[in-house]
Amino acid sequence: MTKINELFQEELKIINIGLESFNENLKKQNIKTVQVDWKPPAGGNKKMLSLLDKLK
Amino acid sequence: MIQERIEAANKKVMEIILNGQPTLLDIGIAEEVILGMNKKTILHAGPPIKWEKMSGPLKGAVIGALIYEGLAVDEKEATELAASGEISYDPCHHHNTVGPMAGVVSASMPVWILQNKKYANYSYCTLNEGLGKVLRYGAYSDEVIKRLKWIENLLAPLLKQALKLHGPIDLKTMITQALQMGDEGHNRNRAGTSLLIRELAPYIIQTKFSEKEKIEVLKFIDSNDHFFLNLTMPACKCTMDAAKNIEFSTIVTVMARNGTEFGIRVSGLGDRWFTGPAGIVDGLLFPGYTAEDANPDIGDSVIAETAGIGGFAMAAAPAIVQFVGGTAKDAVNLTLKMYEITAAENNIFKIPALDFRGTPTGIDIRKVVETGILPSINTGIAHKDPGVGQVGAGLVKPPMNCFEDALQAFVEDLETKNLV
Amino acid sequence: MVLKYLIRENTYYDSVTLMIITREVKKIEGVKEVIVGMGTELNKELAGNLNLLASELQKITPNDFFISLDSIDDNIAKKAFAFVDELLSKKKEESEDYQPSTFESALKYMPDANLVLISLPGKYAAREVKNALLNDKHVMLFSDNVALEEEIDLKKLAKQRGLLMMGPDCGTAIINHVALAFANVIRKGPIGIVGASGTGIQEVTVMIDKLGSGISQAIGTGGRDLKAEVGGVMMIEGLKALQNDHLTEVIVLISKPPDKEVARKVLSILKEGEKPSVVYFAGGDPEVIKEYGSIPGLSLEDTAHKAAATAKGIPIEDFTGFTVNGIDKIIKGETKKLKETQRYIRGLYTGGTLCDEAMIILSDLIGDIYSNIPLKPEGKLFDINKSYRHSLIDLGDDEFTRGKPHPMIDPYVRQERILSEAKDKETAIILMDFVLGFGSNPDPAGEMVPYIRKVGEIAAKDGRHICMISSVCGTEEDPQNLIEQEKKLKEEGVIVMPSNAQAVRLAAAIVLSRRKIQ
Repeated sequence: MTKINELFQEELKIINIGLESFNENLKKQNIKTVQVDWKPPAGGNKKMLSLLDKLK
Repeated sequence: MIQERIEAANKKVMEIILNGQPTLLDIGIAEEVILGMNKKTILHAGPPIKWEKMSGPLKGAVIGALIYEGLAVDEKEATELAASGEISYDPCHHHNTVGPMAGVVSASMPVWILQNKKYANYSYCTLNEGLGKVLRYGAYSDEVIKRLKWIENLLAPLLKQALKLHGPIDLKTMITQALQMGDEGHNRNRAGTSLLIRELAPYIIQTKFSEKEKIEVLKFIDSNDHFFLNLTMPACKCTMDAAKNIEFSTIVTVMARNGTEFGIRVSGLGDRWFTGPAGIVDGLLFPGYTAEDANPDIGDSVIAETAGIGGFAMAAAPAIVQFVGGTAKDAVNLTLKMYEITAAENNIFKIPALDFRGTPTGIDIRKVVETGILPSINTGIAHKDPGVGQVGAGLVKPPMNCFEDALQAFVEDLETKNLV
Repeated sequence: MVLKYLIRENTYYDSVTLMIITREVKKIEGVKEVIVGMGTELNKELAGNLNLLASELQKITPNDFFISLDSIDDNIAKKAFAFVDELLSKKKEESEDYQPSTFESALKYMPDANLVLISLPGKYAAREVKNALLNDKHVMLFSDNVALEEEIDLKKLAKQRGLLMMGPDCGTAIINHVALAFANVIRKGPIGIVGASGTGIQEVTVMIDKLGSGISQAIGTGGRDLKAEVGGVMMIEGLKALQNDHLTEVIVLISKPPDKEVARKVLSILKEGEKPSVVYFAGGDPEVIKEYGSIPGLSLEDTAHKAAATAKGIPIEDFTGFTVNGIDKIIKGETKKLKETQRYIRGLYTGGTLCDEAMIILSDLIGDIYSNIPLKPEGKLFDINKSYRHSLIDLGDDEFTRGKPHPMIDPYVRQERILSEAKDKETAIILMDFVLGFGSNPDPAGEMVPYIRKVGEIAAKDGRHICMISSVCGTEEDPQNLIEQEKKLKEEGVIVMPSNAQAVRLAAAIVLSRRKIQ
């Protein structure tokens, strides 16, 4: 069975990154979710981002 | 692959930190036990700083110390001497020492002697003078000097004897217990002080001092909820010091402030300080004081958060969060945030409110920069004028540039070694 | 005029929250202009346009929060700032659960997560999608403004790992009967859908539900999936999964006309399977679809009809008519009420595909249609804020939503526009879609009711009657409840049709009927 077909058999468990309203709506449908308190990585600082990438 | 080297180095650092065994051994005189200490040297909290740049509380503490040492008779003389260039100022951290608030240590002051039994390194800290108008808040009145002398002449020798009779005290275990009794080891130390006095009392009784003197000592410790702070701090210091200088590690081994600047040190970056402006504490001010009265963040006590307690164990001390108008749930969430920037969960320091999860330990500069989450520090607020004392308590964060500068230095280092 | 601003560094809120707060603060009496946002280039530009960009604000970064306003006095400014904090902290207090700061730490809280729903600003989205895919999680990517190259790379990675990557620009999906982002509550049934359009999926699923049938899955692919460069990757993976899904008996594909090669590839894979399929390539050639053994849908409604009929095993017919009784009477009645100057249809749409479908139907029946998203370049409106002749406006298009929430959430733009259409003496018919379901405004019809009344008043002043026609894309199980919404509109004299296609055909019929008279 492919992973997509497997997904169709599973209970949805969702990580929501972005609009909190989407998370609220999923909770209203009794879905298990985690809302990520997302911020731009390194506060959007390009210099820091390139430093971090060098270490990956 | 560089990432693997970093992860391996950090793993080693965490192993060292988590295996630390800070143990209270003895009491000694600063000049005699601290390397590099002499009559004309004054140690202070935080990263290196010159006299001219020092804030009110630190200057006041320096003046007090010079008077205490007999190098000056009054404020005027002490100020001239302090500015003259004859006195050497050095961070406590450069001498395996830590000091709360102004953190001033001078030659004649008695200090706790701790050893990290697992790795054999030592650490030192003065004995806590008490609350209110004390040297560490920059007070230097006759009362202050008198008390310092009393500590030198009675408190320290008596406790030294009691310790000898008792034997070494395992501070890691005591701190662990205190964390489960409402303490967090930085801003709340009531339980730790209680455990200490309970441990030592039978031996204080057995020392060869008069009954009056023993009563004075017991009353003194009893009256000061923060007596234990001057033990949690060097316990954290000798734990973290053992993890210095592990090449490729991005874990923070020191955080400290001198009232003007905040500084950090990173294991893989040796002795280099990365500094930025010390912040203003966000908290509750005692009645009669306003934000204008507050001194910027000061003290070595943030070694607690560096080692995974203090603000990082705030979920264990919900009483503290009221200082920032929060709820018990806020205290929990603040601690939970710290797991995002640390390398491991502590193996011994556990938090009942989090189902005995280990405290977030080992701040990784990469994670701080990437997530934008700064370490959350619980701290007292000093009045900016010398000698007034504590005016509040609350939360403060380090400046982000410390971590960004450290990250940049780390990468530049690797570039010169041709590893990235 | 009192200009005040406030900056909070390193404090992040999502754009929808801030836009809604901006709107609420603007309502405070005494506030002339206000912008509440993050320090993005766009927001700085918008602030500059409103003369609210103090020099301090020019230096802030996208990670800094700011308020800038122009009020009549200091007190109002203070009140406004306090109000913003009230609204901001209201959100924080309500959420009790811990919110991890990164995807990685979210995984620690929910290691058995199987789907990641991403709605971040476009330039940050690709990184998170990649993380999710590398951790073997399916992805729904709501964000748009994601580079085409990124989409191609990420879909390649997803296909390699056998994962779903729905998007970018995927506004609707229903997986295991869970409405994701903007989607409706649809009955369970044997029809499986793969669609490159959000509101397209919404209209088809809603129609299927209205016809008494139901769906197994509704997979979104994002709007660009069927372009030559992307090659229909997700549509193919999606339809293969439906071919292997034992609960799916009929497959439906929905898209704008795809690249020809991609269309053939997709259709031939459909052909290889054993399940019957209905394909709607909006405005595309039905013959190609028939060539590959699939059933062409002539409209979203027709697609739903054919799918439901196939599922039931009853004969399939083209559905291009009406299911409303007395339709001729309605057409005659409305035609009579129109004055001589009133000639044109004005469509104010919140759903892009519905607007598209309307244009396709109308241009066949009544001729040239102008729009901000015209079928032909010649049809582009000179000024998108001013209708010309027959005009159908997609209010959800980028040009309208810069710095503003989507009209499916916030009715403000349509409320303003409907009044200008009412004042235009050439307006004969106003066409509107109302999209229900999760994600949409809690009361789309209710929000427009006061403005529909105002339209009536404006028109009545010079003896005009403007014909209002709508369809409501929703089901009775939707949070807004289809029946309630339709009732609110009918009470205001709006003619509510059962589908977008029928609403459009009615409008066309009235125009044609008028022409006959003239």
